[in-house]
Amino acid sequence: MAKIKGAIVVDSERCKGCELCVSTCLQQVIGMSEPVNSKGYHYAYMANPEACTGCTNCAIICPDGVISVYRTKIED
Amino acid sequence: MEAKDIIKPENLVYQKSRLMSDATFNFCPGCGHGVVVRTIAEVIEEMGIEHDVVGISPVGCSVFLYDFYKFDVVEAAHGRACAVATGIKRVIPEKYVFTYQGDGDLAAIGTAETMHACNRGENIVIVFINNGIYGMTGGQMAPTTLEGMKTTTCPRGRDVKTMGYPLNITPLLAQLDGVHYVTRHSVHTPANVRKLKKALRQAFENQRDKKGTSIVEVVSNCNSGWGLSPKAANDWMVENMFKKYPLGDMKVDGKIVMDMNLPR
Repeated sequence: MAKIKGAIVVDSERCKGCELCVSTCLQQVIGMSEPVNSKGYHYAYMANPEACTGCTNCAIICPDGVISVYRTKIED
Repeated sequence: MEAKDIIKPENLVYQKSRLMSDATFNFCPGCGHGVVVRTIAEVIEEMGIEHDVVGISPVGCSVFLYDFYKFDVVEAAHGRACAVATGIKRVIPEKYVFTYQGDGDLAAIGTAETMHACNRGENIVIVFINNGIYGMTGGQMAPTTLEGMKTTTCPRGRDVKTMGYPLNITPLLAQLDGVHYVTRHSVHTPANVRKLKKALRQAFENQRDKKGTSIVEVVSNCNSGWGLSPKAANDWMVENMFKKYPLGDMKVDGKIVMDMNLPR
């Protein structure tokens, strides 16, 4: 059966660390980074990249539009 | 499969609209404004009308709208966005004109301009962000502030005996004959953002078909003004704001569809 795999790219310099994407992600892919960006915010990153399905929910809810989503189908 | 194998241009399914500039939003972290600003750009991009659109930015948190969009935006004096939109739409009727106003702008200082623009049935789109507070100036009480809600100018909570009742303005506007479409949405979940996008598209299509005024209200959070984290502010909004400002259509195709018995 074909599997859907996704990945996100976060513009970490523009992320304000509001964590709305973390609470929105049903697969619990996103975590907040330990280091901070130049504005002092902990930014979102893929803590659990294996689970991402590329559903785009995190990007749709992001108030600053810093998330891009990629998705592909993998044939077994 | 590694993430770097997936991150290729051909697999891209979602990114920020190309009509957004590279400027960073001046909004606080987690503010609903950012989602609405982005969603408007997506609708305009999908309709392919970016060369024929003029936005009117208000005074308030969204005053710098002209920095964020690559299409034309005019900055209006406080509360006068609907009056400016009327002028632009009448001089250049082939342009799509929308205003983007907060509750302090539309429901307090600009009540007269908004009411009369709607009563004249000006063929414009009004996007109204309702977060029950004056966000930019430091969280003062707005006409839309809920009963008992604490702000910097009513630190013991809004007392309706001295400060009046929360002003629920969109149902009032819905009763005007010039208004064609009134709906209320929110942006706290992805499903709600998708619904908002459909409503905005409907509003711009109404303007294309010269139907009259379309009003899209968005009940939003103001986590800085409310003194809550973004997630907690969204939960507080669902619990309290939606009781006074329930989501849904109020007027569709010029016919009132809301239940007047509901607490609106």
